[in-house]
Amino acid sequence: MTGANAIEPRRSVPRRLLARFPFLPAIAILALLLLASALLSPNSVSPRALTGLVSTYLALMLLAVAQTWVVFAGDIDLSAGAILSLVNVTVVVMMERFGGEPLPVLAALGAGLVVGAACGLVNGVVVAVLRLQGIVATFATGIFFTGLALALMPVAGTPAPALYWRTYGGRILEVPFVLWTAAAAGLLVWALTRTRLVLRLLGVGDGPRAAYQSGVPVTATRMRGYMLCGLFAALAAFCITGATASGDPLVGGAMTLYSVAAVVLGGTALAGGSGTVVGSIAGALIIGLINAVVYYAGTPSEWQNFVQGLSVMLALAIGVLINRGVRS
Amino acid sequence: MIRFAGAPLVMALALIVALLALGEALSPGFASVDQVRRLLIVAALLGIVAAGQNLVILGGREGIDLSVGGIVSVGAIVAGNVMDGANGAIVPAVLACVATGAAIGAINGLGVTVLRIAPLVMTLGMLGVLQGLLVVVRQGAPSGRAAPALARFVTEPGLFGLPGILWLWIAVGIAMALLLHRTVFGQRIYAIGSNERAAHAAGVPTGAVRVSLYALSGAFAALAGLCLIGYSGSSFSNVGEQYMLPSIIAVVFGGTSLAGGRGGYTGTMAGAVLLTVLQGILTTVSIDESGRQMIFGATLVALMLFYGRGEALRA
Repeated sequence: MTGANAIEPRRSVPRRLLARFPFLPAIAILALLLLASALLSPNSVSPRALTGLVSTYLALMLLAVAQTWVVFAGDIDLSAGAILSLVNVTVVVMMERFGGEPLPVLAALGAGLVVGAACGLVNGVVVAVLRLQGIVATFATGIFFTGLALALMPVAGTPAPALYWRTYGGRILEVPFVLWTAAAAGLLVWALTRTRLVLRLLGVGDGPRAAYQSGVPVTATRMRGYMLCGLFAALAAFCITGATASGDPLVGGAMTLYSVAAVVLGGTALAGGSGTVVGSIAGALIIGLINAVVYYAGTPSEWQNFVQGLSVMLALAIGVLINRGVRS
Repeated sequence: MIRFAGAPLVMALALIVALLALGEALSPGFASVDQVRRLLIVAALLGIVAAGQNLVILGGREGIDLSVGGIVSVGAIVAGNVMDGANGAIVPAVLACVATGAAIGAINGLGVTVLRIAPLVMTLGMLGVLQGLLVVVRQGAPSGRAAPALARFVTEPGLFGLPGILWLWIAVGIAMALLLHRTVFGQRIYAIGSNERAAHAAGVPTGAVRVSLYALSGAFAALAGLCLIGYSGSSFSNVGEQYMLPSIIAVVFGGTSLAGGRGGYTGTMAGAVLLTVLQGILTTVSIDESGRQMIFGATLVALMLFYGRGEALRA
């Protein structure tokens, strides 16, 4: 530590803080939005309303986390939303076929995780092994996954069994189930960030050649990143299934780009090599809170999308500017 | 070297011929003159959007324009409302719609150069804003009407049996070739795309060039929106969305590297036709939507194997 200080003796406190916690601007924006929300409608920050916010945006948070793993390595996954859709219909179709008892439901969830990881494996092969350009290649695999989802369930609306959504919407020990889920997911993410894999993903994103020359198996690491992304997209799908209580082969399509926006809002560089998962989660919440605040502010309904779009863009710009202003 | 530069174009042309033959075998009449003309009209719309996308990508620094879909829709609405079915209002409609597109594109460009926001993020944010704007303007109902002359220009055979829009596309192709290879501006695009620092040191106004690339992308997208309204009569919900990622794929199929600085527009034109013929075959054969999407996705991946794969690290 003293060595680092000796090299860069003049770094100011905010700079050091931001270098250590790149998600701070996102947290600040989040706090401001919460304040605005509380001023506009005191009820909107009640435990009940905040639980509602978490349960609505838990899927987006998990999808943003999924996206973060590949962005760490300088990759991108434009099929993440399609994977979410595919897992959603897989799980619902399996539960419909084999019944809504606990065992078949768990089996369906297990199958969902396998499907998510398999989709990630396909992306990994296409991008890391075949070395196609990630943006267009994962867009193409996303079309393929959407086709698979449509084959499993041509039209939306097959209901999930009552056991599933009752559990998801219910409470354990007086605490809403979604909060347990969020806590468990948080713990899982925290454990993952301490693994060698995530360190290697960041190393690959920082400089693939340097990583390769220091003995990091670059191709395998990027593939594992995509598989991790697929797994988290599957977890996001479980939340969507619980929240909507049904299957929809196109449910995730619009979420892909939001997941990318959430990652960037969280202060993670799209170029790879630096960033935090906490930031992405905050980014997803920022998107959710912007929607809520725009609603509470009494914006006329036809203007809501526009104001939301403008606010997301503003938040993106502010985040980028703060990060650069403090760092440079 | 010259042969290598032309390789993607030759490959795309060969694939187009092969796909047309396949289409004809699957459904006789697929490669008929009428049908090919119709495919080319659709390809021209995509190709005009891809022209702007191509410029932005050539300019490098991870240049990409995800907002083109939104700009196509906005262009269609502006054009449709300005002309409102009157032939006399076509010229003001063209001017208004291209100016709107260029202005939106310039905002993208300023965000990318002045604020230094990553292009993917900036144009993604812009897409969200434009989608919101469309809801405000349209309020759910179709808006604006194409002038009869514009509809004829886009759909009916004209000089040498080709509709006006194909002549427009050819003109865009020639203009792009001249712009890229015969002007200082074109040289500067390649310069900032391959090495921005060196270009800056050599006196290229890198910021101004990049802003104009995004403005041109917006202008081309809006122009495509105008033609689209001539094709479909009036603008309906998010007409432009279907062009966002296909415009990027057309550029890739044309042999332009997403890293910038390498490629050109001739290949992109072939890429746009290739993509359109592929989609045409899939709508012709009688399989359900799921099979169609699976084949489309898998074919895209297979075709990408022929283009610009990344370098192996151990090389």
